[in-house]
Amino acid sequence: MKILIRSGYIYDPANKREGAFDILIQQDKIFKVAKKIKDKADKTIDAKGRVILPGLIDMHAHLREPGREDAETIATGLDAAISGGFASVCAMPNTKPCCDNQEVVDFKLKKAKEANTANLYAVGAITKGREGKELSEMGELKSAGCIAISDDGNSVASSSVMRRALEYALMFDLPVISHCEDKDLSADGVMHEGYVSTVTGLRGIPSAAESAIVARDLQLAEFTGARIHIAHVSSKESLRLIRDAKAKGVKVTCETCPHYLVLTDEDAGGYDTNFKVNPPLRTKEDMDELRKALKDGTIDVISTDHAPHIESEKDVEFDYASFGIIGLETAVAVLATDLIVKNIIGWNDIAATMSRHPAEILGLAKGTLSEGADADITIIDPNEEWVYGKEDIRSKSKNSPFIGRRLKGRVKYTIAAGKIILSE
Amino acid sequence: MTKKTVWTKKDLLGLEYLTAEEIELILDTTRSFKEVSTRKVKKVPTLRGKTIVSLFFEPSTRTRVSFELAAKRLSADTVGITAGTSSILKGETLKDAAKNIEAMNVDVVILRHSTSGAPHLLAKAIEPSVINAGDGAHEHPTQGLLDIFTMREKKGSLKGLKVSIIGDIAHSRVARSNIWGLKKLGADVTVCGPSTLIPLEIEKMGVRVTNDLDEAIKSADVLNVLRIQLERQKKALFPSIREYINLFGVNKERLKNAKKDILIMHPGPINRGIELTPDVADSEYSVILEQVTNGIAVRMAILFLVTGATGGSPREGRKK
Repeated sequence: MKILIRSGYIYDPANKREGAFDILIQQDKIFKVAKKIKDKADKTIDAKGRVILPGLIDMHAHLREPGREDAETIATGLDAAISGGFASVCAMPNTKPCCDNQEVVDFKLKKAKEANTANLYAVGAITKGREGKELSEMGELKSAGCIAISDDGNSVASSSVMRRALEYALMFDLPVISHCEDKDLSADGVMHEGYVSTVTGLRGIPSAAESAIVARDLQLAEFTGARIHIAHVSSKESLRLIRDAKAKGVKVTCETCPHYLVLTDEDAGGYDTNFKVNPPLRTKEDMDELRKALKDGTIDVISTDHAPHIESEKDVEFDYASFGIIGLETAVAVLATDLIVKNIIGWNDIAATMSRHPAEILGLAKGTLSEGADADITIIDPNEEWVYGKEDIRSKSKNSPFIGRRLKGRVKYTIAAGKIILSE
Repeated sequence: MTKKTVWTKKDLLGLEYLTAEEIELILDTTRSFKEVSTRKVKKVPTLRGKTIVSLFFEPSTRTRVSFELAAKRLSADTVGITAGTSSILKGETLKDAAKNIEAMNVDVVILRHSTSGAPHLLAKAIEPSVINAGDGAHEHPTQGLLDIFTMREKKGSLKGLKVSIIGDIAHSRVARSNIWGLKKLGADVTVCGPSTLIPLEIEKMGVRVTNDLDEAIKSADVLNVLRIQLERQKKALFPSIREYINLFGVNKERLKNAKKDILIMHPGPINRGIELTPDVADSEYSVILEQVTNGIAVRMAILFLVTGATGGSPREGRKK
């Protein structure tokens, strides 16, 4: 099977290439990229005026299967992913049972194979049961196919366990993705602690609950020489620490999420639980710092932290609602609408943070439009305006803060491993 | 007031969402209802045929009884439901419970809830008017209104009036409703308490913050003293009752530097000898029992206004 994508405007930061090119896909690899390709193809996509990115990779999604298939399954999660332009998704291990052993990894990969759509990568747990006590069998997890480990949802509270985890993971070159939260400080908080929490009377989560553990983990990464990836960075204090650590040569990478780049604690001030996330939406000042950090390279990755919850987990009092929002379907469009249209970032930054860097961190032969790379490609119409309606949501759960938003920029094709899995 | 203010709101969720004119209208309406409770026959037919359900998910005596008497003196039919005693609430979400009550064709739901924003959830879900009778640490608008009514009655105008709110500001819905209402009417508000019980960035609400009780007393026309919950000590928010009394307890000695006509208020129930000494609580400065009396009149005014609302108004809540 040969697919020819004609005249799209490509952004390929790995090859420092930008401009209108033709791309020829053969089987599951990119075969040729050139100004004009004359080869015959089985299918031709006219991509004139469209943005072509190396297939997007979401480093951080919760697909809920096994255990909470009422909220999402691997099939519905991947379906949501492709409509948002993601050719690859990393599934976080906080399923029931937890992804801390080969059987669960096998199960997830089997379900993804059956879905026969986007690529699924399993993230294994750092500790057994994500309890923060004993290390998981990382050697087995790696050979079963895990590309990273994380106790996401939980912070590894014990500093000595975190130290050993970093040292042990180093043997397998497994990136450790750290959810940084001092639970003693965040306690029963439900939103960012500041003016809005004061006015709403909602219990606050101080920024220090995040940055205190970021500081600890950076110290441990420096001490052990291991590499660490800080998940969903939301505060300016965390950024400052990470920026300094990078300057010192600590092997740290980090991610933030679209919602931290476009929403603030003011949005949570109306008690709408679709704005309740962990870490919480922070202040405008934090948001502005996150945007700067995208430009100066402090932030490597934008992930979704897609977290489906059924209605009964969200349509309750703010205090009782679950943390988390879905994000796979809206990530690119929200970033395009709020950041690209306003010239805060460019498509090159999307290619870097949502494809190239995740591939580099995870060690995948993706994230580029190089000849010979995996044929994962995302095609976007940068001008199409659309409204994200609740009835259009492909995820099994509908907990999005962006419902009803007018967006500019829409994914038209998602291609994974040389297969067109989303087409207009 | 040159222009006549017309009440259009269906719900009372907080004083944050009201204009100065609307608050004035409530206070004026309260004045006319206050007289009813002094009559021999304490009843007017104003709300005859209206049904009012009070839904109390948190223990409360004063507020619940006050609302009930207010409704009864207006001739409304009332039903009180308290969580734990009622089968209608068992295992049900707040929204489902409210939907069930709505299906019984009630006109007003009065809600007391331990979580902030619960009345907003209800107001979005059901058609009847929703009155917030205290939600978490957010607001207690009728308490704020009765406090302000009492101050206005005693002091005349609120403009430039110096009000110091003393105690656990962080967990207090009474403090927040007072601050919103008082600021809108032009009062100067100071909050005073241990630094651990002053919430972040409260100055942005337009209040002055101090940790010095003597300073908060010295300039004040009114002291609104809050109840300290003794359990907070266990969460390391203050070291001991003894030290709390030493630093923030209002007593006769401290009032020596106060203005001669200072008013002492307290939303109740009082921890006698802790935030207020008994001699202060029962002194000539104290208007604590008048607050309780005024509470009924304020709640009558609110019930009257929300049930007579001309409708068509957008439902208020905190906006983004």
